[in-house]
Amino acid sequence: MIGRDEVLHVARLARLALAEEEIEPMARELSAVLEHVERIGELDLDGVQPTSHVVASSSKVDVTRALRPDEPRPCLPREVALAQAPAVSDGGFLVPSPQA
Amino acid sequence: MSEPATTPTQPPEGGSPKQKDSYEAVIGLEIHVQLATVTKMFCGCELSFGEPPNTRTCPVCLGLPGSLPVANAHAVHLGLVIGLALGCELAPRSVFHRKNYFYPDLPKGYQISQYDEPLCRGGALGEVRIRRVHLEEDAAKLIHVGSSGRIHGSDASIVDFNRGGTPLAEIVTEPDLRTPEQASEWLKLLRTTLRQLGVSDVNMEEGSLRCDANISLRPACSAELGTKTELKNVNSFRFIERGIRAEIARQERILHAGRQVVQETLHYDPASDRITSLRSKEEAHDYRYFPEPDLLPVAIDQHMLAAARQALSELPSERAARFQRQLALSLETAQLLSFRSELGDYFEAALAAGADPAPPAQALANWVTGELAPRLGGYGREHDDRGGGSAVADEPVDGGVGGDPVNSRVTPAALAALVGMTAAKQVSVGAARQVLDRLIAEGGDPRAIVEAEGLAAMDGGDELAAIVAAAIAANADAAQRVREGNAKAVGPIVGQVMRQTRGRADGTEVARLVNEQLGV
Amino acid sequence: MSAEVLALSAAQASAAIGAGELDAGELFSFYRERAEADREAGQEGLNCFTWVAREAPGKAGTRVRETVPHWPDTVRMHESAGSSLAGVPLAVKDLFCTEDAPSQSGSRMLEGYTPPYTASAVARLREAGAPLLAKTNQDEFAMGSSTENSAFGPTLNPWDRTRVPGGSSGGSAAAVAAGLAPWALGTDTGGSIRQPASLCGVVGLKPTYGSVSRYGMIAFASSLDQAGPLTRDVTDAALMLAHMIGRDACDATSLAHPQQIALPSAERLDGVRIGVPAELEPEGSSIEDGVRRCFHRALALAEELGAQVNTDISLPHAPYGLSAYYILAPAEASSNLARFDGVRYGLRAASSSKVEGATDLLDMYTRTRHDGFGREVKRRIMLGTYALSSGYYEAYYGRAQKVRTKIAEDFATAFASVDLIATPTSPGVAFALGEKTADPWSMYLSDYFTVPMSLAGIPAISIPCGLSDEHARAGANGAEANGSGLPVGLQLAGPAFSENKLLDAAHALERAIAFDSTAAHV
Repeated sequence: MIGRDEVLHVARLARLALAEEEIEPMARELSAVLEHVERIGELDLDGVQPTSHVVASSSKVDVTRALRPDEPRPCLPREVALAQAPAVSDGGFLVPSPQA
Repeated sequence: MSEPATTPTQPPEGGSPKQKDSYEAVIGLEIHVQLATVTKMFCGCELSFGEPPNTRTCPVCLGLPGSLPVANAHAVHLGLVIGLALGCELAPRSVFHRKNYFYPDLPKGYQISQYDEPLCRGGALGEVRIRRVHLEEDAAKLIHVGSSGRIHGSDASIVDFNRGGTPLAEIVTEPDLRTPEQASEWLKLLRTTLRQLGVSDVNMEEGSLRCDANISLRPACSAELGTKTELKNVNSFRFIERGIRAEIARQERILHAGRQVVQETLHYDPASDRITSLRSKEEAHDYRYFPEPDLLPVAIDQHMLAAARQALSELPSERAARFQRQLALSLETAQLLSFRSELGDYFEAALAAGADPAPPAQALANWVTGELAPRLGGYGREHDDRGGGSAVADEPVDGGVGGDPVNSRVTPAALAALVGMTAAKQVSVGAARQVLDRLIAEGGDPRAIVEAEGLAAMDGGDELAAIVAAAIAANADAAQRVREGNAKAVGPIVGQVMRQTRGRADGTEVARLVNEQLGV
Repeated sequence: MSAEVLALSAAQASAAIGAGELDAGELFSFYRERAEADREAGQEGLNCFTWVAREAPGKAGTRVRETVPHWPDTVRMHESAGSSLAGVPLAVKDLFCTEDAPSQSGSRMLEGYTPPYTASAVARLREAGAPLLAKTNQDEFAMGSSTENSAFGPTLNPWDRTRVPGGSSGGSAAAVAAGLAPWALGTDTGGSIRQPASLCGVVGLKPTYGSVSRYGMIAFASSLDQAGPLTRDVTDAALMLAHMIGRDACDATSLAHPQQIALPSAERLDGVRIGVPAELEPEGSSIEDGVRRCFHRALALAEELGAQVNTDISLPHAPYGLSAYYILAPAEASSNLARFDGVRYGLRAASSSKVEGATDLLDMYTRTRHDGFGREVKRRIMLGTYALSSGYYEAYYGRAQKVRTKIAEDFATAFASVDLIATPTSPGVAFALGEKTADPWSMYLSDYFTVPMSLAGIPAISIPCGLSDEHARAGANGAEANGSGLPVGLQLAGPAFSENKLLDAAHALERAIAFDSTAAHV
C-alpha cells in the first residue's frame, strides 16, 4: 500500500502537481498495481544476473560498434533550436531563475 | 525552492588550535575535467569556445523527443589514458547510468553518468589514492538575466546549451588529504599530469578543470571519519585553499559548540568568504540511478587498450627513473634526457639502432647531451673529457636547428655507430668529434667517413712508436725535464704526436708510449 | 477504379506502379482523400489520424534537412528484398518524429510540436519510396492498450465502432483495417503493435529488439520499444520490414540484422515444430472462449500444413512477465518523460502566477507536467519514480531485471525443442470503449501474451486467425451489423533474428486461414 504522504513525496520527485482530489485516487490506483507487480517477490532470484540490455546479452552483437567516431556533424541553426520554445530571450531559453 | 541557509564564516582565530580538543581535517577531492575531444560526449556537435548561445546544438544535446545518445569513442579513449596514467584498474566493461533530477541546465531531466561500474577504479597520484575515474556529460550554462519583461517582477535566466554535453572525466580521490595547502598542491600535480597527457586544457578559469571538496573533521588521533560536507566549485588554487580553510573553521566552530555537522552541499563565495548551503538534504539525494538503456556497456577491447597505452606519454619523472634503473645512467643525465623529451627520444632510438660494436648507454647519453645537442643549439651540456662536473646551460648555445636532433642530418644509428667505435677504441675521442662535425654538416655513415679520412685509431704498433720516438727527439728539452721527474712536461711531445696523427692516436696510449720510451 | 485500387495490398500496389499500371500520384491522392475524410469527420469517423498530408510529395518531399545529425550510414536503402516501395503511401504513428509534420505522441504536452528532424525508420522507408501519408492516433506516449488515452480522442474499431481498436498503435491498426491507408508504421513496447493488429484483424510484427533504429521515436521504455509494420497481409509486413531494418549509427542499441528479409513464399509447414506453452491462463482472468476456439482451429490448420504442434513446452516465468513489465517500463518512462519540462518545446503551463509561463521554477515544472500529461501517463510516471526511488530499487527494478533474465532463459530453453511458439495474441477480442479504463490492471492484462516476447527482445507476429462468434457486433452505423464476430489474432514468436522463419510460417498459415482483410473497409 502506498499512502498519501508517499504519493506526495513521489509526485515531488517527479515534478508533478496533484490537485487535492487527485491524490486519493492516485494512491488507490498505484496501490492496486503495486499489489500485482509485487508478485515477483514470490520468485527465488538469488544469483540471477539482471538484464538491462537485451541486445548486449546477445553473443551475436559486436558492442564495440556502439561507439561513435569523434567527428563533427552540422548543428541546428539557432532559430530552429529555439523555434519550439515557450519563451525565448537573448538567444536563449527563458526560464524562471532556479535560485529565485 | 527552499531558502538557502547562510552561514557566515569568520577568519580562523590566530593560528591553528593545538589544544587537546583539536581536530584533524580529512579531505577528498572530486575533479571534473573537460576532455579535449572535437565533439560532444553523445552527439556530433563541436565543443563550444565562446560561440553565441545555442549555436552548438542538435536534437541530441537539446534533449529533443526521440533523440538518442551515442558515446564518443575518443572520450572513452581519453578516459582510459587518464586511468592508465593514474595507475587505475580499467574495467573491461563499464556501464552508463542515468542520474535523474530536474534542472533547467539538464535538457533530458537526467545526466548520463557512470555509477557502480565506472571506467576506472583504484590507482594513485603521488600520496593520494584515486577511488575512481568515470565519464559523464557536462550541463548547459544558465545565464542570469535579472528581471525580465517576459517574466514580470521576478528573476529570470536563459539557458545556453552550447556547453551541454561536453565530455567530462570525473576523478574522485580517497580522503587522503589533510590540509588546504596539501589539497591545492596535489591539485597542481594533477593538473600538470593531465596537461602532459594532453587529455584536457585543464584551465580552471575557463572551467575545463573544476574541483569540489569533501571535508570532514575528526579528533586528532581518531581513525573514524566525521560527517562530511561537499564544497562545490572551488575553482582556483587560491580559492580551493581559502574555501577549504573556511569550511574547516566552520566545522570546528560547530563541533566546539557541541553541535553536529550536517551532511550537505555547500557553496563557497570567495568575495565574501562565506559558505552557503546549496540544496536542502531531501532535495539532493534521490537521483534514481538506473542503467542507461539507450547505451550499451562500454566494452574495452585490446585495440582500445593498446591505443590508450600508446597515447600515454611516459611522465618525465617515470622516464628518468627508468633510465636510472634499467640503464644505470647518472641521475643528472637521466633527468636531462627526460625533461628534454626530444633528447630522450633520440637517445632511445640510437640505443635501439643495433650498432656494432654497441655503445655503452652512459657514453651514448653523454654524446647526445654533451656533444650532439650543444652542436645543434638549444639546451645542452658542454662536453667534458673527464666526465662529470658538467653544467646545464640555460640558454641555447646557438640558433641552429632548434636543438632537436631528429631534425639534424645525424641519424640515431650513425651516432650509435660512432659512439660504439669510440668506446671500442677504434676511433679516438678527438677523431670522433671530427666525424660528428662532418655528420652534422653532411650526414652520412661514420664508418665511411673514418675510412675516407684515415681517422681510424692507430693500434699502438710500430708506426705510432716511430712517431713518438720522432717527437721525443724533436723535443729534447721537454724529454729531459720529464726524465727529471716533471710529468707535466710531457705536453709538447704528446701534442706533436696528436698533431701528426691528426687525432687518430688514442691519447692514453700515446702517453703510455712516451713514458715507456723515456723510461719513466 | 477505386474499388480495384482499394483491393490492392501494398506489395501489389507497388508492383502495379512498377509495371506502369498504376500512377503513384493517383494512389497517394486516393488514400489522402480517404484519410482526410476520416480526419474531417472527427469523432463521427474512426479518428485514426492526428495529421494528414495536404498534397502528394514531389521530389522535394524526400529531402532531408542538412542539419540533422545523421551519421553517414544512417539512411541507406536496402537493395534487396524484391521491389522498392514505389510510392505506396505510409501512415506513421504519431510518436515518430517527422520533420515539418506534427509529432505529438498523442499528448497535450506536445500539441502542435513539429520536430526539426525525421526518425530514421521513417526516413529509410521514405528513401525506399514510401511517402508520408498521415500521422496516426495512439495512446499518449504509447501508454495504453486501447488508444483511449490519446489527447486527441479515442480511435474507434472499424469492425465495431462501439469498441476500441487496441493500442497503443490503435490509429495505425484501425487505418489499415478500414482501408484508410495501405499500410502503417507502429511501435511495440509490450504489445502495442500486436494487440491492436489482433483487435483490428490485420497483421502486426514486432521485430527483434535492435533490428530497427529507435532514433526519432519519442521514447516510452527504451529497452523495449521497437518499431514495426501493421499491414493487410504477411507479404506487406515482410516488404516494409525489409526496408526498415539495419544498423543506424544514431542508435547505439541498433544492430545489423544477420539476415536480409525475404518476401515469404512458404505454403506448407512441413517439419516446423510449433510449441504451445503450458502457461496459457492469465492471472485472474481467462482466455475468452471465442478466442480459444479460433486459436485451436489455427493450430489444427498448422498441423494440416505439416507442422508438429508440441504442447509440452513451458515458459515457467512468463506469468510474471506483466509484473516485471509494469515495473521496468514505467521506470524507464518516468525518466524518458522528464524532458517534458516546459523549457525547450511543448507545453508550458499558464499558472496562477501573473506571467506568461510561471514565475517560480518548481511551479513551472509541476504545473506544466500536471496539465500536459494525461491520467495514465501520470500514473506510470508515479509508478516508475516510486520503483526507482531510494530504498525500493532492489525490490522492484532490480528484481524485475532478474525476472527478465529468467524469461529470456525460458524462451532459450523452449527454442531448443521447438522452432516457433504460438499463443493467442490477446486473451480477448476488441472490448467496449470505457470498459477497462476504470481498472488499470484489467487493461494491462490484454498484453499478457505479448509482454514476455518484448522482455526477451525476440520477434513476434500477430496474424488474424478468424472471427470470434462470442460477441455480436454493432454495425458501421450503430444499428445494422455487417456480419458477425470480431477478429482474433494468432501470435507466433521465434528466437532473436528469426524474422524470415516467422514470416514464412505466418504466410503459410495466412493462406490456409484465408481471413478477409478487407471486411472492415469503410
